Amino acid sequence: MSVIFVLIGLSSFVAIIFLIAYIWSVKTGQYDDNYTPSVRILFDNEVKKKKSNIES
Amino acid sequence: MRKDPEIDITEKLICYHCGEDCKDDEIKIGEKIFCCNGCKTVYELLDANDLCTYYSIDDTPGLTKKDDVKKNFDFLDDPDLKEKLIDFTDGKTTTVTFSIPQTHCSSCIWILENLYKLDEGIIHSEANFLKKIVSIKFNEEFTSLKKIVALLNSIGYEPDLNLAEKEVEKSAVINKRLWYKIGVAGFAAGNIMLFSFPEYLSLNEIGNDEIKPVFSYLNIVFSLPVFFYSASDYFISAYKGLKKKIVNVDVPISLGIIVLFLRSLYEIFSQTGVGYLDSMTALVFFLIVGKMFQNKTYAALNFERNYKSYFPIAVTIIKNKIETTKPVEKLTVGERILIKNGELVPADSVLINGNAFIDYSFVTGESNPVEKINGDLIYAGGRQVGGAIEVETVKEVSQSYLTRLWNTKAFDKEDESKIDAFVNIVSKYFTFIVITIAVVAGLYWFQIDSNLAFNALTAVLIIACPCALALSTPFTLGNSLRIFGKNKFYIKSTHIIETLAGITSIVMDKTGTITETQNAKVSFEGNSLTDYEKKLLRSLVRNSSHPLSKNIFGLYKTSDYYDISNYKEIPGKGISANADGNYIQIGSRTYVNEQPDNDNENLSTKVYLAINNVEKGFFKIGNIYRAKLKEVITALREDYNLSILSGDNDSERNLLLNFFDNKTDMHFRQSPYDKLNYIEKLQNSGEKVLMIGDGLNDAGALKTSNVGISVAENINNFSPACDGILDADSFDKLGKFIKFAKTSKSIIIVSFIISFFYNIIGLSFAVQGTLSPVISAILMPLSSISVVVFATLATNLIAKNRGLI
Repeated sequence: MSVIFVLIGLSSFVAIIFLIAYIWSVKTGQYDDNYTPSVRILFDNEVKKKKSNIES
Repeated sequence: MRKDPEIDITEKLICYHCGEDCKDDEIKIGEKIFCCNGCKTVYELLDANDLCTYYSIDDTPGLTKKDDVKKNFDFLDDPDLKEKLIDFTDGKTTTVTFSIPQTHCSSCIWILENLYKLDEGIIHSEANFLKKIVSIKFNEEFTSLKKIVALLNSIGYEPDLNLAEKEVEKSAVINKRLWYKIGVAGFAAGNIMLFSFPEYLSLNEIGNDEIKPVFSYLNIVFSLPVFFYSASDYFISAYKGLKKKIVNVDVPISLGIIVLFLRSLYEIFSQTGVGYLDSMTALVFFLIVGKMFQNKTYAALNFERNYKSYFPIAVTIIKNKIETTKPVEKLTVGERILIKNGELVPADSVLINGNAFIDYSFVTGESNPVEKINGDLIYAGGRQVGGAIEVETVKEVSQSYLTRLWNTKAFDKEDESKIDAFVNIVSKYFTFIVITIAVVAGLYWFQIDSNLAFNALTAVLIIACPCALALSTPFTLGNSLRIFGKNKFYIKSTHIIETLAGITSIVMDKTGTITETQNAKVSFEGNSLTDYEKKLLRSLVRNSSHPLSKNIFGLYKTSDYYDISNYKEIPGKGISANADGNYIQIGSRTYVNEQPDNDNENLSTKVYLAINNVEKGFFKIGNIYRAKLKEVITALREDYNLSILSGDNDSERNLLLNFFDNKTDMHFRQSPYDKLNYIEKLQNSGEKVLMIGDGLNDAGALKTSNVGISVAENINNFSPACDGILDADSFDKLGKFIKFAKTSKSIIIVSFIISFFYNIIGLSFAVQGTLSPVISAILMPLSSISVVVFATLATNLIAKNRGLI
């Protein structure tokens, strides 16, 4: 049964890492703007496409 | 029969840049047509820099440059001012954040993030669409703040430069703290629930005595940050309330949380049980979820604007015949200022030189520009229409007639005094009753068993913790706020909805509130004009940027124009030119006919027309009342006392009587102070007042009123400090909004009844001393969830029924 203590320790440790990751993500402003990045990601594709068109 | 769409395109000429209708296809590059040279210039600039992707992301993404006034940004070289505008600098690289109200589509984001292609000094720029801001990092060696602002202006994204908005950034920090708290509470609640699982399933025979205490102690460890960090807001709020002798809803909540925590500690350390830490952490988690739901904010809107946001941040001053720029704040008495067409007079001043034609529409509500002669006093906030004028300041900016309004006591008032939340009234009685039951149950059991007495007493306090009660308000009101938002009615915070439900009087401003600001009703009186005359007229007025000219231009439709010569524009008087061998004049009566205009009986604006010195008649320009005004007013006047406060003259009193009845209190020529005092007078007679206004002149009244709503035709334009911004398109729904606010309150009451029902079940266990952690862990989330589901569904269903979704 003592293996359960190891597992609890490990799982709590992993959980705490996730909590820290969450706090870090809030701190670095990843929730500040939840719209613009979704638009921005499409721009990059378009610019690349255009360039390759010119090249070819 | 459907029209071929291609034919439509050829019939209607649309500007490639901004999508507005073009008068003709004179201005074009290749096949691309532009409505004005401004739009063409922007296209050329973008084209030259290989930035035409701008036009492929969204169709016609630009903004019209028709009314463009050449601006001077020299004031941005002023070091003091610059320091206030930028975020950070190390002397070499500087970061600055601009508010760009024009941001409206994907193309806007794209162009704002590709600024580095237009100016090599710009290192990086990042747009935030929802907040309508762009942060730019640039190299001071290659470019400057002034150059960047000028660049943004040249492509149609002029930043909204003002110092007032730099001050509002606190709320973002508070919001972030809530995110941390919810993270910690959710983390702890989830883990504690896992550790409590054996207990839920009564797996005691498997979990032997070694593991059980370990789980319990781990629960304590995880619950500590929830109790001391996540829940701290409730303790603070309860403490503050009690200090003011108010039992707000946070008092029973705090009591519940503290008892839950202490009893759990006691049970675990005395090894008499496993405690209720799972219930406690879940409770705190739910409460914060509710708080977050309530805290919906409209990032791009600003509800706290004062005159500082409306006024320019710098003006051109003339000293020893040299023009320099100076920040408005540093302006002193006795300085000469140059005010160009379209600019604002920043402080009360005396006219020294030039033809002043001041548009006070924003300040007084008077819709017609006023002519001033040398020596006349011009109040701050007036906008010059026509040529440049020179004025000398007689008062400082903050002491001017209009801006002094912000020094009145209405603006010192804390917003909190407006909050009289229903839930706090209920919680006062609720807390009292719960404590009574707890004490009675405790005393009853004390006669039998002191242990059971302690058990029952704490159990009552735990189960009665009004989690569901506290959640019903944020979810109902938060959802209503979103429903209003979908209908273009943007409210500052949820408690406004409760106040809105309780109003008894409605006061409305006239100009810009119940009338449209962008369109005016134009009619011609005189001998009807021939097509030839109409063409002459349009050829003349299309050269003028005066608002009246534009109104007249839009009155008729003709296919083409004559070339004109000898074009003359005398500001405040009129315009004239020769076209096709005729001499056309249009303007005031004195200008057109050299006759004094002694017709004072009707005060509406008239513009006279003369062709070859023969007076043809005049154009009458009146206000257009908003669509469905009649229906809105008819619905409202049954339940509320209506009043009209107008800064304008009473020429439209009779017209207004078509919409309002004789009971309506109408006041004309009201100054901003009169409006403020009128609201106060109503409030002193016990009325709860809703003020609907639009301009700076209503600012005092909006602030004083119980609920102040500002009507805006473009919600991103300036609106004074208010509790809500109503898009003019949704003005016809005003009655529905107020009715829905009342419904929201009823929904809250029903939610309370549901939550009491659960409380009674829980209490029946508690007073018997048989409340087990499992029952508590089931009952508390169940009551919370059912209240949340009910509140959300009910608001949505009713909104759907009434056509609000």
